[in-house]
Amino acid sequence: MLQAAAFYILAASAVISAFMVVAARNPVRAVLFLILTFFSAAGLFVLLGAEFLAMILVIVYVGAVAVLFLFVVMMLDIDFATLKAGSAGYLPLGGLIALAIAAQLALVGFAWVGADGAAVHLQAPMPEDTHNIAALGALIYDRYVLFFQLAGLILLVAMIGAIVLTLRHRDGVKRQNMHRQVNRSRGEAVEVIDVKRGEGIG
Amino acid sequence: MLEITLGHYLALAAILFTIGVFGIFANRKNVIILLMSIELILLAVNVNLVAFSSHMGDLAGQVFAMLILTVAAAEAAVGLAILVVFFRNRGDIAVDGANMMKG
Repeated sequence: MLQAAAFYILAASAVISAFMVVAARNPVRAVLFLILTFFSAAGLFVLLGAEFLAMILVIVYVGAVAVLFLFVVMMLDIDFATLKAGSAGYLPLGGLIALAIAAQLALVGFAWVGADGAAVHLQAPMPEDTHNIAALGALIYDRYVLFFQLAGLILLVAMIGAIVLTLRHRDGVKRQNMHRQVNRSRGEAVEVIDVKRGEGIG
Repeated sequence: MLEITLGHYLALAAILFTIGVFGIFANRKNVIILLMSIELILLAVNVNLVAFSSHMGDLAGQVFAMLILTVAAAEAAVGLAILVVFFRNRGDIAVDGANMMKG
């Protein structure tokens, strides 16, 4: 009973806020609704018993990705009104395609049955005696360690790519030149002046 | 109705997926909303994977979901970086001019 109530509340909040993401006029509001969608999905994950993924969703999506979106929306000075102007003509086509996809998914959903032997072919059965995070940790650091490394590699490539894309060298900015600094010789750095007594330098 | 089954979660994921696809068409010119729609689609896939993982008692689905989460984060980072460079060069982010990126 309580579980059903939680599911319906979280599902309704997820669907409504997801719709507001694509329907909002103001992109900042769209990002905020995206955050609400992720929070609702995290609640659903907790309901499903996937606590670790729920927390990862909150930390990675809300803490990093959504804030990145918000940052870009606010940093770039974009005229969103002109962007929105021409897109109303695509609404019928978009609605039609969305309806077609929804109908196809519904057809699959009604016709779907589980295979008989599916229960014996589990890749990684959930252990009974431990909780979700420990079980998942034992799995990704052991059997799926290559997956785990691959995920790290993807993040590394994405990080380097983002830095390379956005880094630019501006003219007129004073920078430290390590090479020149190290290769400086005594001759060009120090000058010995013979100062006459009582006169000082120049 | 009060018993929450796998079907409920699959229906929810289907609705989220459809909203994401609709968003791509409804905001055809705004790359930021396009990226957010893609995030919604990936979230729907994740809900599916986690729902099946919980239903079957198989943790492999959650490992997959983690990988999708990683790829989605990487995609958002690189996509927004491209967007920033695009904006610097053009002064707006209309998709119509995106073929200038061919160089």
